[in-house]
Amino acid sequence: MTTTTSSATAVAPQKGKVLFARTPALTDTVTNYCPGCTHGIIQRLVAETIDELGIEGTTVGVCPVGCSVTAYDFYSCDMVQAAHGRAPAVATGLKRSCPGNTVFTYQGDGDLASIGMAETVHAATRGEKITVIFINNAIYGMTGGQMAPTSLPGQVTQTSPYGRDIETAGHPIRVCELLSTLDGVALAQRVTVDSPKNVRAAKKAVRKAFEYQIEGLGYTIIEVLATCPTNWGLTPTAAFGWLRDNMLPYYPLGVYKDVKAGEGEK
Amino acid sequence: MSEKVLMKGNEALAEAALRAGCRNFFGYPITPQTELAAYMAKRMPKAGGNYLQAESEVAAINMVYGAAAAGARVMTSSSSPGVSLKSEGISYLIGADLPAVIINVQRGGPGLGGIQPSQADYWMATRATGHGDGHVIVFAPSTVQEMADLVAKAFDLADRYRVPVMILADGLLGQMMEPVVLPDPIDTAEIPAKDWAANGHKGLRPHNTISSLFLVAQQLEDSVLARHDRYQLIKEVEQMAQEEQVEDAEVVVVAYGAAARVCRSAMHKAREEGIRAGLIRPITLWPFPTDSIVRALGPGRAFLSVEFSTGQMVEDVRLAVEGRAPVSFFGHTGGVVPTPDEVLGAIRRAASGERFNELPFKNRPKGGVL
Amino acid sequence: MARIEVDMNYCKGCGLCVDVCPQDIMQLNSEIMTQKGYHPATCVDQDACTGCTSCALMCPDVAITIER
Repeated sequence: MTTTTSSATAVAPQKGKVLFARTPALTDTVTNYCPGCTHGIIQRLVAETIDELGIEGTTVGVCPVGCSVTAYDFYSCDMVQAAHGRAPAVATGLKRSCPGNTVFTYQGDGDLASIGMAETVHAATRGEKITVIFINNAIYGMTGGQMAPTSLPGQVTQTSPYGRDIETAGHPIRVCELLSTLDGVALAQRVTVDSPKNVRAAKKAVRKAFEYQIEGLGYTIIEVLATCPTNWGLTPTAAFGWLRDNMLPYYPLGVYKDVKAGEGEK
Repeated sequence: MSEKVLMKGNEALAEAALRAGCRNFFGYPITPQTELAAYMAKRMPKAGGNYLQAESEVAAINMVYGAAAAGARVMTSSSSPGVSLKSEGISYLIGADLPAVIINVQRGGPGLGGIQPSQADYWMATRATGHGDGHVIVFAPSTVQEMADLVAKAFDLADRYRVPVMILADGLLGQMMEPVVLPDPIDTAEIPAKDWAANGHKGLRPHNTISSLFLVAQQLEDSVLARHDRYQLIKEVEQMAQEEQVEDAEVVVVAYGAAARVCRSAMHKAREEGIRAGLIRPITLWPFPTDSIVRALGPGRAFLSVEFSTGQMVEDVRLAVEGRAPVSFFGHTGGVVPTPDEVLGAIRRAASGERFNELPFKNRPKGGVL
Repeated sequence: MARIEVDMNYCKGCGLCVDVCPQDIMQLNSEIMTQKGYHPATCVDQDACTGCTSCALMCPDVAITIER
């Protein structure tokens, strides 16, 4: 078994013994997420990226309404809480007024793809130099498990008790595919965090997005397929199974846009 | 500097903002404030600032929220229906204690209404800029010169009290041209530092958080009450009103903005025919200049509120008067501007001891004289 | 051999580390309850740990520190 330190940013070279530890861009605060919620994994990847790039002092995060709204307590960088769906607009104001800063938003599916779709599409097409971490768990978590714009056909939620009926509720939105058609997008990639291998891949993607922002390439979005064990009514482990069986086929992982690799590459 | 120039009200607002150190403007097109945004689009890039036409008023006010959170002097402008859309963002600005300047060049409503001058957003500006317990400071200019002068004051008060400030103009003021002496540009280095801003801690301070969320009821109450402490101070020291010939008045007309200009003409006409009319012109609508109204109370004295609405500010006049004098109302709405003669008719009735709430319903007498 | 430490303050007993560990040496300790009422994860055989960090990579609460 080989060891990896690629995700352990707190590794102090002089010690050489720590294989993994909390990264300083995370505060000591215990998150208010449910046990097994993958928000914590994804937030850690963002924090590790901030530390690896050494940009905590010039990074500002935006957390809008949803389970992630209190994320301002979990990051050591400056944080701004935003109204539901408005994070891309708030990030635009933050970035335009302080162009030297690195600005990221951390948005859920209801926030990004429902109430905030206009802000999302326009920030993307303007090529706002921000990084969007998009948590797609196919459900509204904070309000207790309602149908999301990314809920799957047939998916039972509190507000689709007979399963999502595409005749009345329409089809789920594939955000990366949609945004990849816009010229302002520098990077659009879908990842997941259901295994150590995929967590490492997700980390690489997050880091790439931050680097693209710093290089001024445009709007970057990393869509992370995530679980909501509580509102899915599954154990954290079973939730990963549901994600693999149901979400991966509808939302294929991959790079949907990468200005450095050339458009259309997956 | 300090040269006299001929400018539209909307342009004066824009130029004054630039001179007050505003380098961030986010807006969305709507009549009758368009000249303001167009002026900013032209001048802001040359001043090294940010002009951005947002995808909606909702987005624009949230860009304002972002720039304000970063500590920048930032402004947006719109007109009534657009300000309705901004109300969510204004509530968040209030809740997060962020300074910003919001221009409302009012038009008729409700709904899409019309594009003619109106004062029908008084309640929205002073009572309901958004959900929750909160206020914005509201200025009501009456001339193009005052539009220019109040912008700098708006930015200063916004920063001092960490509250949004609204300039409530109307289509008449926005579109009219008048000579104006523009204020000298400020030295932006003199704007007090905002150590609370979320602009990157640079390793020099603990991280800052901008938020209006308090999940513990007691914490939310504490936060709201701390803000209301500042509101109390604002009420005590920031009331502004212009008083004209109030000392001997038997009828004190209360009117703001463009309506005050009509009322001034009516007041002179009334004086010519021996009716001692005076004028109190609120310049701050929130805080309402209650002190001016109370000072004007006296035996045999009546108040008359005249507005381009169905009667909104008149409620604040009544609250200030507290039943100690008759308070009447006359107004037009929907973009119809009252004539001086119509107001004169209302002054005559108030002087004769009548108390009324007069709107020009269908039985309005011919000639505009009541 | 590596050493795994689970911070009880953070651990919510979700069990993701238990499922992912290739050495099968992570368990939820039903003898202990954390302040928040969870049975925390614990390493039952430190000697068998290879230091692969899989448990830490999957831990949503960043409760795990691993040293060699």
